[in-house]
Amino acid sequence: MTSDDSLSLTRGAAGLVATDVCAWFGGRLVLENVSLGMPRSTVTALIGPSGCGKSTFLRILNRMHELVPGAQLAGSVELDGTDIYAGRLRATDTRRHIGMVFQKPNPFPAMSIYDNVLAGLKFSRIPVADRDALVEMSLSKAGLWNEAKNRLRELGGALSGGQQQRLCIARALAVGPRVLLMDEPCSALDPTSTARIEQTIAEIADDVTVVIVTHNMQQAQRVSDTCAFFLAAENEPGRIIEAGPTDVIFSNPNDARTMDYVHGRFG
Amino acid sequence: MTTLAPPPTTSAPVNGSPMPRRIGTPLRPRDFGLADVGILVASLFSSFLLVWVVFYQLTLLSGGFGFLVCWYGSFLTLYWTVTSQIIDRRVATDRVFSTLVITGASLVVGIVAFIVGWVTWKGATHVRANFFTKDMSHFSPADPHVLNKIGVAHAIVGTVEQVGIAAAIAIPVAVVTAVFLNEVGGRGTRLVRTVVTAMSGLPSIVAGVFIYSILVETSLSHYAGFLASLALFILILPSVTRTTEEVLRIVPGGLREASLALGASEFRTVWSVVLPTARSGMITASLLGIAIAVGETAPLFFTAFGNNNMNPNPLHGAQQALPLVLLDFVRTPQGALVNLAYATAFILLSLVLILFVLARVLGRPRTKKAVWRARLRSLTQRSKTSEIDLPKNVLMMSATSIQKESP
Repeated sequence: MTSDDSLSLTRGAAGLVATDVCAWFGGRLVLENVSLGMPRSTVTALIGPSGCGKSTFLRILNRMHELVPGAQLAGSVELDGTDIYAGRLRATDTRRHIGMVFQKPNPFPAMSIYDNVLAGLKFSRIPVADRDALVEMSLSKAGLWNEAKNRLRELGGALSGGQQQRLCIARALAVGPRVLLMDEPCSALDPTSTARIEQTIAEIADDVTVVIVTHNMQQAQRVSDTCAFFLAAENEPGRIIEAGPTDVIFSNPNDARTMDYVHGRFG
Repeated sequence: MTTLAPPPTTSAPVNGSPMPRRIGTPLRPRDFGLADVGILVASLFSSFLLVWVVFYQLTLLSGGFGFLVCWYGSFLTLYWTVTSQIIDRRVATDRVFSTLVITGASLVVGIVAFIVGWVTWKGATHVRANFFTKDMSHFSPADPHVLNKIGVAHAIVGTVEQVGIAAAIAIPVAVVTAVFLNEVGGRGTRLVRTVVTAMSGLPSIVAGVFIYSILVETSLSHYAGFLASLALFILILPSVTRTTEEVLRIVPGGLREASLALGASEFRTVWSVVLPTARSGMITASLLGIAIAVGETAPLFFTAFGNNNMNPNPLHGAQQALPLVLLDFVRTPQGALVNLAYATAFILLSLVLILFVLARVLGRPRTKKAVWRARLRSLTQRSKTSEIDLPKNVLMMSATSIQKESP
């Protein structure tokens, strides 16, 4: 373990490039030839109607896809030029470099807030010089420090839904990821919590590259620099219809279907 | 608010009239006033009389239990009929089902309370200090002070050792099996689950005979407490495995994903996330298994065999156990020993009770104390900080959301 692995948020953001990614579930093709670059220190939003493969694509980016029984994939995903599927990196190492926040807040219920933040480091047996400082830094980055600093020893489940989600973000940030994947992180939250998390995304984007799946067009517009529009026709696998700078996708897209979708005419 | 359709009834004095009710009074069918008590008592009484006439006078039936069942059945019928006539059918159905549910619950609680109460009443008064320190080696039926010279210390030591060893083997094996069934999966899962299920139907005496025939009859070992542990291990393994598996199954899959996404290996995920989350349920599962083992008698005949003297070594020589000594006492014609049997039963029951209390205490989340301390602190500080902090936070948040919305 090199020293730069030990303390978080110091390794810096990294770019992700997916090339010709295809995915199958039990022999059924669900994602076909998806290629997308997610440049360093940017926020990329994946948009599109339900069932078009956005979440599958996101889970391919940190090797969570292979945990589903019967799941297969083709293509490559490169983290700053290193193919995460090439075999040099272990899946567990990959996931420490590329963290993930889920749709439903899922703090570990048997752990305190403090232990939740340090969970990832504990799991990987990474020594931490100053635990308290790391907890404070991670919680501050996730915008939870002021609310949680007096209740660090309470169970994670004692927080409200929005706070739990920010705890999950803090937990993901504590291991020092270079990319953070977010799968509809606000869909279970109220507008205030959503605003708070969007603020967090804006603040961490310098340190980690963010890829976010969202069904909320306004949110995609607010938080992202680039945007990729996924679509799956009936009985066909999902594909990227169009990807580019967010303002272009929302104001002047090339494809008529993108125009229709971002303006709420279908989906 | 939705309005309920009027119930299909001819006489509906309550629902039919639009009389507003006092605020705070629960609406029917939950409302239960003096008139309702009257209906209940009248139904109970008239069904008693009805069944008495039919049961004992008109037919040649007899027996208290049959009478009770018939009384209960006709009470429910009468209660429903009367309530549906006086109030309405919805209320009647609700009342009858409430009665059924309450009867079931009281029956369970009543039976347990009766057993515990009876054994305590008959046994607790006979418990003396020497029961916990002496064994049966100085037992002589002619001695008038025999009860001061004997005890069940040898059986307590035997049971604790036998059950302790059985649990020490069974619980880890059961947890590993449950983890295999629920977390690892793959081929063999169905086979293992079927075998475990089939094992739970194994008669306990067969487990004892099995250990006897492969270890004692073949002269590999003499009777020993350890053999009893092996038989008990076979008996409690399926129960602990199945219960643990059920507990692991209700751990949300999102927690496993969260752990894996943090870079944890699958082993670390099970060890640090799944098992701690299921901790209290797993402790309950283990304690239930131990409670089964404590009360098992049949397999001990062929394995621990029983011994009137103290034998603290579970690996060598016949050993006594509480259920065995209890059976011995009950079967003697000596009145003094029958009292000792009740005392032993009381000790056995207390042992199980202590185990359950222990399970509750150990099963509590580790940080709960800290939670309470923090809650107390926040209660005392609330007046100083929260009221000032909260509006500021809200203001900040709404300000940021406005900023975000504006472009």
